[in-house]
Amino acid sequence: MSEEQTLKISKIKEGIVIDHIPAGKAIKVLSLLNVGEHSGHTVSLAMRVKSKKRGFKDVVKIENRNVAESELSIISLIAPEATVSYIENYNIKEKRMLNIPDQITGILKCPNQNCISNTKEPVQSSFRVLSREPLVARCEYCEREFRGNELLGKL
Amino acid sequence: MIRNRSIVTIDDVGDDDLNEIFAAAGEMDKLIKSGKKVSILESRVMCTLFYEPSTRTRLSFESAMHRLGGAVITMADVKTSSVSKGETLADTIRMADAYSDVIVIRHPLEGAARLASRFTSKPVINAGDGSGQHPTQTIMDLYTIRKELGKIRGLNVTLLGDLKYGRTVHSLILALSKYDAKIKLISPPSLRIPEYLLHRIGDSSSVEVLDTMEGNIADTDVLYVTRIQKERFTDPNEYQSLIGSYSVNNTVLESMKKNSIIMHPLPRVDEIAPEVDQDARAAYFRQAANGVPVRMAIISKVLGGI
Repeated sequence: MSEEQTLKISKIKEGIVIDHIPAGKAIKVLSLLNVGEHSGHTVSLAMRVKSKKRGFKDVVKIENRNVAESELSIISLIAPEATVSYIENYNIKEKRMLNIPDQITGILKCPNQNCISNTKEPVQSSFRVLSREPLVARCEYCEREFRGNELLGKL
Repeated sequence: MIRNRSIVTIDDVGDDDLNEIFAAAGEMDKLIKSGKKVSILESRVMCTLFYEPSTRTRLSFESAMHRLGGAVITMADVKTSSVSKGETLADTIRMADAYSDVIVIRHPLEGAARLASRFTSKPVINAGDGSGQHPTQTIMDLYTIRKELGKIRGLNVTLLGDLKYGRTVHSLILALSKYDAKIKLISPPSLRIPEYLLHRIGDSSSVEVLDTMEGNIADTDVLYVTRIQKERFTDPNEYQSLIGSYSVNNTVLESMKKNSIIMHPLPRVDEIAPEVDQDARAAYFRQAANGVPVRMAIISKVLGGI
């Protein structure tokens, strides 16, 4: 982030920074990570920050919070170009680029109401990713193919 | 090789498997006609789980297993079984796994057979899942086309009727696309083939989506007719508005080639007039009769009987 942008959100000591979120999707990212008024984390959020790559982007900083591998997959679905930086003592300890995984398991509900994965059966939903841009995935159970907006509508 | 493997979609059956099944079905046909006692699958048990009504599929599967010398166990009625007490399909399958060597399942929900295959080490054969797939019907349809016309590759195949909910056509379209068939899909606009299936066929076959038979069936080799799937409609008014929207009668027959055939997975309602039954091109009862030898071939291959 540029000097001008750092002024908008101050540095954090410990936690994570999620950058390059598509403009307007930051609140969705926080909700997917279950970060909210009851989670106890201090959150800084910048929406519609100027970005060289995309025109505008959102940035989120969450103090004293880590992100698990499975959570990275969830974020990748709505912010495929996002980066996640792990901050320790004001420094970036590790920076991760996000990638939509080959298989999306247990996160998304099958949009087909008549799919067996939407019942009380002891299975997790599972989709094979056929295309990332645009996102197209096939349900491993009913074998239907869905586009990103159909899949993510229920997130 | 399909030995010990589940058949959930037509993609689970490779080209070589299909050819082997066709050859074996021909042999089974001769065996049936010979009236000889067969003990290919003696002491093997098939479990049939039908969560939806079925006549032809259930009877032909059970007849096929009996003719092979095997035994059949079945869940007599979903209403009186543990399913009505809230048992999951996964648990029912675990039980069937312990009692049988192969499980045949029909279920109203899509993906049920795939789920079943994950809870058993025994092969699962999908006998229809919701408006999903019905692969053994497809194998039987392909066998019928081959037997009637001598080949499948490159034929002009027209599918007419409820292409949205009719699961038999969903499996069949995927299979025909592998045979370079020229496919015409004729249906009322509200019953068109789902987009995801067209996407799956991609550019591998020539496909035309049409609204009417008029002027479109003169070059057809196979006219495959389907019933409007009343049971899949949530709005009864929508179903009522579509009744009788297409019908194959003698006038339609006149516009077809002399060496073409008419197929139907049955049961039919009014989409093929009874007058058509007398015509040599009416192949639907011969098609239904192929169910037994084809399913004998499939069960034998899956259980390693031949």
